[in-house]
Amino acid sequence: MNTMNAPAPAMSDKRAEEIIGILLRTGVTVAAVVVFLAAIPYLTQHGSAKPDYHVFRGEPDHLRHISGIIKASIALHPAAIIQLGILILIATPVARVAFSVFAFAEERDWMYVIVTLIVLALLLFSLSATNL
Amino acid sequence: MMNPLSHSDKAATPPASNRRLVQSPCASTHVHVECPVDAACGRASHSLTIGALILLNTFELTGLLFLGSLLAGFLGSLTGLGGGVVIVPFLTLAFGVDIRYAIGASLISVIATSSGAAAAYVREGFSNIRVGMFLEIATTVGAITGAIVAAYLKLSWIAIVFGLVLLYSAYESVRSRTDLRGPSQPDRIASLLRMDGSFPASQGIRSYHVTNVPAGFSLMFTAGVLSGVLGIGSGAVKVLAMDRAMKLPFKVSTTTSNFMIGVTAAASAGVYLNRGYIDPGLAMPVVLGVLIGSLTGARFLAGTRVKVLRVVFSTVVALLGLEMMYNGFIGKFVQ
Repeated sequence: MNTMNAPAPAMSDKRAEEIIGILLRTGVTVAAVVVFLAAIPYLTQHGSAKPDYHVFRGEPDHLRHISGIIKASIALHPAAIIQLGILILIATPVARVAFSVFAFAEERDWMYVIVTLIVLALLLFSLSATNL
Repeated sequence: MMNPLSHSDKAATPPASNRRLVQSPCASTHVHVECPVDAACGRASHSLTIGALILLNTFELTGLLFLGSLLAGFLGSLTGLGGGVVIVPFLTLAFGVDIRYAIGASLISVIATSSGAAAAYVREGFSNIRVGMFLEIATTVGAITGAIVAAYLKLSWIAIVFGLVLLYSAYESVRSRTDLRGPSQPDRIASLLRMDGSFPASQGIRSYHVTNVPAGFSLMFTAGVLSGVLGIGSGAVKVLAMDRAMKLPFKVSTTTSNFMIGVTAAASAGVYLNRGYIDPGLAMPVVLGVLIGSLTGARFLAGTRVKVLRVVFSTVVALLGLEMMYNGFIGKFVQ
């Protein structure tokens, strides 16, 4: 890109879209593999239990906050590792938005850098705010 | 604890339709498989729920949820309605899962299908990323609002709104589409936001103008709220905003909508996760099933005539909508 001083916006868009495609596919694949790998020990441990999902209890703390999920995953709790996979899945569109900030910045489209930063801030707020 | 069906006379003696399920733990596995398929076909009866949950163990339930989600994802992507739209009725009506857990699992599956499909579409150059990104401000604010509001809504109201949205999605999917608009005049706001774009059509690159940005933006906020309250992608409302209000070409609307759905769902998923609505045991089979089903459906899409299938699946979605509304009205969804 340094060889051409002013790359046509369409070309730059195209390249950004290709990277976004790879990013999304990688995120989804990694998340699905993590969930699947954790499913095996999860079902071995809980397979014969009788679940009662018709009564709502809410998840315990280590399955609802990012820090708790990561801690319990390191301790190899299968349910927490499934949650980690789900967290990777949620993070995939967030990463896509974060990448778009750089893509618009490279095009010097500052208006859309700001638009994208607003969306990114909203996403990070919803992921981190624990008392909504 | 409160059993959602304890007030119903059906709880006392299981009717004939329930007997099959009551026997299911002793019967062979193909009997299990029949039930969710029936349910996904809109014949779910509220009397099924009790037997299913009390008698199935986690292993069996996981298997059934996986197969049902696989079918939902496959039909959803083949017909363009999205697999997420039937997950909540499937979990609540056929398995008696609490609607909050069902919405949590559905949201996650929506993110998975959106990202999986967008990865394929995004390279084809149809989606308008500026329109998408700008409108995502509205959908994410809406999604967070919806997820917050959902905690204070009566569950029966959520079920009724869900039913209405299912009916609308079914209608939107079968209505005839005409995409013959001439190039409209450039719009001041759209030009300022550099939204006009082009896409590869059969006669070469076709450019288009975007109009009615405020109307589209408001509709997108609504789509976000519905997504946050109901745990769906709200694809039908997103297409309404871009296709009808902002006059984007149909192909651009649908691909841009798909591009946006994951971001919208991620915004409310964060709130749901923090609130403890996302259960790993439920989300695991649903996400894997819907994802594999929808990727398979997308691969089939190229060589199939989906018109008949779309009418059939839309009918199923409409029936599920009526069933959700009915269950909401009789007060089946208890806090």
